[in-house]
Amino acid sequence: MKRARVAHAGAIHEATPHPQGLRLADGRIVAEDAVVWLAPFEVGTIIALGLNYADHAKELSFGKQEEPLVFLKGPGCVIGHRGQTRRPNDATFMHYECELAVVVGAPGRHIRKADAMQHVAGYTVANDYAIRDYLENWYRPNARVKNRDGGTVLGPWFVDATDIGVPVQLDLRTLVNGKVTQQGNTRDLVHDIPSLIEYLSGFMTLQAGDVILTGTPEGVVNVNAGDEVVTEIEGIGRLVNFIVDDATFGR
Amino acid sequence: MDTANLQFAFAPYRLSGTVYGVLLNHAPALAALGTKVHEAPYKAPPKAPVLYLKPRNTLAGPGSACEVPAEVPALQIGANLGIVIGRTACRVPEPEASSFVAGYVIVDDLSVPHDSFYRPSVRFKARDGSCVIGPAVAPRERVRDAGALEVRVFVDGELVHRTGTGDRIRPLARLLADITDFMTLAAGDILLLGTSAGAPTARQGQRIAIEIDGLGRLEHALAAAGEPAHSHATEPHA
Repeated sequence: MKRARVAHAGAIHEATPHPQGLRLADGRIVAEDAVVWLAPFEVGTIIALGLNYADHAKELSFGKQEEPLVFLKGPGCVIGHRGQTRRPNDATFMHYECELAVVVGAPGRHIRKADAMQHVAGYTVANDYAIRDYLENWYRPNARVKNRDGGTVLGPWFVDATDIGVPVQLDLRTLVNGKVTQQGNTRDLVHDIPSLIEYLSGFMTLQAGDVILTGTPEGVVNVNAGDEVVTEIEGIGRLVNFIVDDATFGR
Repeated sequence: MDTANLQFAFAPYRLSGTVYGVLLNHAPALAALGTKVHEAPYKAPPKAPVLYLKPRNTLAGPGSACEVPAEVPALQIGANLGIVIGRTACRVPEPEASSFVAGYVIVDDLSVPHDSFYRPSVRFKARDGSCVIGPAVAPRERVRDAGALEVRVFVDGELVHRTGTGDRIRPLARLLADITDFMTLAAGDILLLGTSAGAPTARQGQRIAIEIDGLGRLEHALAAAGEPAHSHATEPHA
C-alpha cells in the first residue's frame, strides 16, 4: 500500500493514489498540485550513507570503505514532494542524490542481519542535496554541505515493505528537466539494507520512524535555479523538487 | 526538568529532542591541534562551525548510566553548556541572538575518544545514552553572562577538570548567527557551546558529575556494555 501525508483545506490528511491524483482518507479526490505534500511519515533520526555505491565512490575518488560511512541529519532538512530547495547564488556545484530511504518499524538494538528486514516498515524516495562548494575536511560531510534547510526531499509515498519484498533490487534514476542524468540499481549497494541495520543497531537503538538514506549511485551533476529535479525509484515513487534562487527567500 | 518527557516550567516548556554539538569551538581545543590544521587531511582550519548531531537514542537524564563499549577503555566527558532555543531561529542577527534563547542546561556529550576529526565514525558520538541532559533548564534571565560560567567535572567525587564557557571561537551569539544562516533551529532544540580542551575521560563503573555556575549539578554514571542479546541466542531444545 502507498500512503502520503498532505495538507489540504485546513488539515493534514493521509492520502492514497487515485487516477485523478489523490484520495484523502475522508473520500475527497484532489489533484496532485492542489495539496501540500509533507514527508510521508513521522520522521525520526535521519541516518545517511556516504559513498555506498562503488561507482559513485569512484566518481568522487574514494576507495572502498570497511565501515559504512554514516552521518546524521536534523529534522530541519526535510521537505516533501513538489517542494522548493534553495540554491545559494554563490554555489557552483550543487547536486541531487537519488536514494532509497528505508523506514524503520519495529524498534531494536543488536539486530542480526538475518532478522533485519523484519524491522523495515517501508520505503520512500529521498533526494538528498549537497553543495560541494562548502565542503570542509572537518567532520565530513560537514553540515553546511549536507544539513541545510530544505536539502532533504522525502516522498511522495510511504510504501509498505511487504509490497516490495526481498531482496530489494530496484532501479533508480534522476531526471533534470526531463533528461536522465543518473541511473543505478539498489542491488549495487556496497552495504546492503540488512548489513546497515545490523551495523547501526550495534551502537544505537533504532526506533520507529528512523530512516536510513542508503546512498546514491554515480551521475551527480550541478543543478541551477529554475530546474525541475525528479528522483524516481521503481515501485516506490517519483519525487519532484524545484530548485529556486536566493531571491525567492528574500536574500 | 522532567527528563522522561523533557518538560520544564517556562516557554517553550519542552525540549524538542534535537541536540546539535559544535566541535573545536573552544579556542585552546583548536590551538592544541597546532599546525596539523593546515596539513592533510584537513588542509585548512575550519571556516564554518563544525557541527554534529546527538540523535534521540542518545538522550538521557540525570542518574542514567551510559554503557562503555567493550573495545574502548574509557569515554570522553564532554561537559557542555546546552543552549535551549526559545523560538524558531532562522537567519538570526548576531545582536539579537540572546532573544532566541529560552535558557541553559548542563549536557554531558559523551563520546568514544578519537584523534581524527576528518570523518570519524558515527559510532563515536551516537551511542545509546551518550547525551545526558539535566538537572534542569534554567531560564535565560537567571544567567547573567553565558560566556563567563565556571565548569567543573568530577569523576568519583574528585575534581578532574576545571574550565569555563568563555574563550570560544564563536561565542553564543556568533554561533547562533552562523548556524541559522543555513539551518533553522526550532523551539526546544539544544545547541551545545562546545567541549573545552583537556576533556577528561572515565571508565565503566565510574560516577560523573558536572557543575556549571547557576545551572546546578548533573550526575550520571558509566556502565559496562551489556552483552548483545543475540549473542546468547540458542536454538530451543526439547
